[in-house]
Amino acid sequence: MVVTGTSEGGADRLAGVPGSSLFRYVLYHADDNLILAQRLAEWISRAHDLEEDIALANIALDLLGRARMLLAYAAQLEGKGRSEDDLAMFRSEREFTNLLLVEQPNGDFAHTMVRQFFFDAYQLGLWKSLIRSADSPLAAIAGKAIKETRYHLRHSSHWLVRLGAGTTESRRRTQRAIDGLWRFVPEMFEPDEVSDPLADAGIGACPNRLQPAWDLCVQDTFSTAGLLLPDDPFSRSGGRSGFHTEHLGYLLAEMQWMQRSYPGMQW
Amino acid sequence: MVITAEELRLRLGAVPDPELPWVTIEDLGVLRSVFLHDERAVVEITPTWSGCPAMDAICDSIRQVLNEAGFGPENIEINTNYSPAWSTDDITDAGRHKLARAGIAPPRRPAEHPRGATSCPRCLSGGVRQVSEFGATPCKALMVCQSCLEPFDRFKEL
Repeated sequence: MVVTGTSEGGADRLAGVPGSSLFRYVLYHADDNLILAQRLAEWISRAHDLEEDIALANIALDLLGRARMLLAYAAQLEGKGRSEDDLAMFRSEREFTNLLLVEQPNGDFAHTMVRQFFFDAYQLGLWKSLIRSADSPLAAIAGKAIKETRYHLRHSSHWLVRLGAGTTESRRRTQRAIDGLWRFVPEMFEPDEVSDPLADAGIGACPNRLQPAWDLCVQDTFSTAGLLLPDDPFSRSGGRSGFHTEHLGYLLAEMQWMQRSYPGMQW
Repeated sequence: MVITAEELRLRLGAVPDPELPWVTIEDLGVLRSVFLHDERAVVEITPTWSGCPAMDAICDSIRQVLNEAGFGPENIEINTNYSPAWSTDDITDAGRHKLARAGIAPPRRPAEHPRGATSCPRCLSGGVRQVSEFGATPCKALMVCQSCLEPFDRFKEL
C-alpha cells in the first residue's frame, strides 16, 4: 500500500528533528494498534453473545487497518526496503514499542473492556491532536482513525456503565480490572525523546497534554457507572523503549510463527 | 490501444464492492480519480473503513479491468489516498437507492451530525431498534424492525 496523503512528504517538514524520529513515532502508534488488534482477535468465537463477538472482531479489524496504514507509512519513512509486513512479522520483542497496556492479556470480559476503554479514550485525544499535524500523511491517517475511534469509545464506555451499574459481580470484576490496569495508565502520558520534540515541531502530539481530556472522559464514565478511581501511585512503563511485560513475547510467538517458519509465505 | 480516461473511468466505476455487490466503487465514492500518463493508467482510490478487507479484492478487480483494457502490470499504478477521509456522504444518490433496494438502510446525512431517522428498508416503518452498532461488515450496524419484525442492516455513518 502506498501512502500518498498529499504531495508534501513528511521528510521536508522535519527541520530540526532527526530524520529517524518520525519513523519511530509512527511505529509507536502502529504497534499500539497492531498488538491490541491481535489481543482482540483472541476473542473471536469466545464472546458471550454473537453480537459482541462481531463487535470485538470489527474493532480488531479497524485497529489492524490503522496499524497497516501506519506501518506502511513507517516503512516508507525508513526507506530501507522493509515492507509493512516485514515490520509486523520480523521484529523481535525488544523492537516493539507499544504501550504495556495493550499487550496485557484479555482476562475476563470486564478486563478486556476496561483495557479497551482506557485505550479508546487515549486514541481519541491522540487523533484529535494529530489531525492538525504538520506532517500531512500523519494528519490524513488521523482524519480516518478519529471517526472509527468514536464508535469504539462509545462501545467501550457503554459497556463500562453497563458492567459498573450492573450486578454486584459485574461491578466487582470491573473494579478489579480497573485496579489491576491502572498501573499502565501513566505510561500513555509520559514524555519521551521522540514524541516531545515532534510535538514541538508541530508534527506529533505531546503525551503529557493528552492527559486532561483523558482524565475528564474517565471520570465522567466512572461516575455514571459508579466505579472508583484507584489512588495507586505504582506505575510501570518501558514499552516505548522496547522493555515489555512477559506477555508480549507469547503474543508475538503466536502472531509471527507462520512468517518465521515459512518466511514470505502467502495465502 | 486507444482508450480515453473517461471510458476507463466508466469501466472502473462499474467494479462492484465484493461484499455489497449491488453497489459499485463509483457509487460508494471509493474511486477518486483515473488518469492516463502516456502508456500508464494511474488510479486513485480511498478506503472506506480502515480495515475493510474488501479493499484488497477491489484492487484485484481494478487490475483485471485495466488488464483487459490493455494495460500491462508495469503500466498500472493504484494509489491509496486517505485525505480527505472517506465519508458516507461520498456515497452517491444512485448508490443509496441501490443499498435500500438490497435491504440495507442507507447512511443518514450529513455523517458528522446525521439528521432524520432510519426506517425499515422492507416495510418502511419508522419503528426500528438498533441491536448492535457492529454488524457483519465494518460498515454496517444490526437493526430490527418493530413492525414487520425483520432484522436488517444499516450502513453506519462515517
